[in-house]
Amino acid sequence: MAQDQEHEHESHVGLIWKVFGFLSLVTIVEVALGIIKPKSLHLGIFLGTSWLNWIFLILTLVKAYGIAWYFMHLKYEKTGLRRAIVWTTVFLICYLAALILIEGDYIADIMSDYTRWSY
Amino acid sequence: MEATIATENKEQGAWTGGGKKPLGASYGKMMMWFFIMSDALTFSGFLAAYGLMRFKFIDSWPIADEVFTHVPFIHGHYPMYYVAFMTFVLIFSSVTMVLAVDAGHQMKKGKVTLYMLLTIVGGLIFLGSQAWEWKNFIGGTYGSLVLQDGKIVQFVDDTGHQIALEDFVTKSPTNERVQHTRSNGLWFVKDAAALPPYSVNEVIESFKNSPNVNLRTEQVNLETKKKVILSREEANQFLEKATGVVKGANLKINEYGNTLFADFFFFITGFHGFHVFSGIVINIIILFNIIIGTYERRGHYEMVEKVGLYWHFVDLVWVFVFTFFYLV
Repeated sequence: MAQDQEHEHESHVGLIWKVFGFLSLVTIVEVALGIIKPKSLHLGIFLGTSWLNWIFLILTLVKAYGIAWYFMHLKYEKTGLRRAIVWTTVFLICYLAALILIEGDYIADIMSDYTRWSY
Repeated sequence: MEATIATENKEQGAWTGGGKKPLGASYGKMMMWFFIMSDALTFSGFLAAYGLMRFKFIDSWPIADEVFTHVPFIHGHYPMYYVAFMTFVLIFSSVTMVLAVDAGHQMKKGKVTLYMLLTIVGGLIFLGSQAWEWKNFIGGTYGSLVLQDGKIVQFVDDTGHQIALEDFVTKSPTNERVQHTRSNGLWFVKDAAALPPYSVNEVIESFKNSPNVNLRTEQVNLETKKKVILSREEANQFLEKATGVVKGANLKINEYGNTLFADFFFFITGFHGFHVFSGIVINIIILFNIIIGTYERRGHYEMVEKVGLYWHFVDLVWVFVFTFFYLV
């Protein structure tokens, strides 16, 4: 057990700080875009939502990847365990989100006929 | 009986899974992952519900940039900065946590203690910031009017920026409505909530007297992504329907717009904050165990790793809450 540990666990401190730098950079980019809201990205629509929203979503997933793979150690787990965790969760969340958001869109569509914005 | 019990179980007990490690993960770690997965699905359920309501009210949802604009010690309109700071604090406490785990692998008790302590401090700063954010949200910024049908109307100046009620409303000398308490009225009746700062009539009168103040509805112009500002005549029609003055947000009413926005904000950030809180409590317990040398004697710091998984998960959830409440 003891040799096992020494063998497997050389220190990752350098890598940890690199990941931190990367996550910080992504957050700074997100916040900067959120404050500036460049008109073309904010108002331009791509696949149902603005370019800016797509950028935010993708950067969020990138951050989630960084946290899960390096901080939560998934990168170093056995492939089977990693897939059991990641694929299951990602599939269920995508399924849930897709159904519910489509439903929300539909409700908005129906409701717009019954909402008054003048008196 | 004796023969049916695997002998290797004797030392470790059945609770540890008998020392078997399917997929190379110990019992405790595997169970922590099970828990994290179920918790992740709980949070995605909440965020999906938020998404449903947001899509449902896509043409009138509050714009987060106009809601969360406070920075401590500075007055003015600073969207995003404070919540960005909170995100940094949480990511940084995740870093110290992973450094604690790393030091644990090398059996360096002093370093594990230090990093664990820093993690707890980071968590406490985050919780404090969260409380401050709530305080601002509950207290409100500008104040608005609520109409008969529950719609919210806000006031803006010539440039389209929101202005606070106290910037243009004058109190009328004849309005004497005071907060109803036991000592000045019926002892068995209470005002449902704190009295708004102005009465509806005061606001309407002042609005009529200030030509450079305009009325804004909740409706979002989907082309420009800005709230629709009404003409003077339309504004007067809207004001006829006004039933109350709203300052701040709670579960029943929200000066920034749709009440559901406040409900989800309180519920989701509250649930996340509760996770942070319980994470801090668990971290403190583990910290004590590190200090008294429990893990040193056990020969490994896997407990730190397990609580670390939970802590990173809390960070992970915040990344998504941050995106869906503040960015998107």
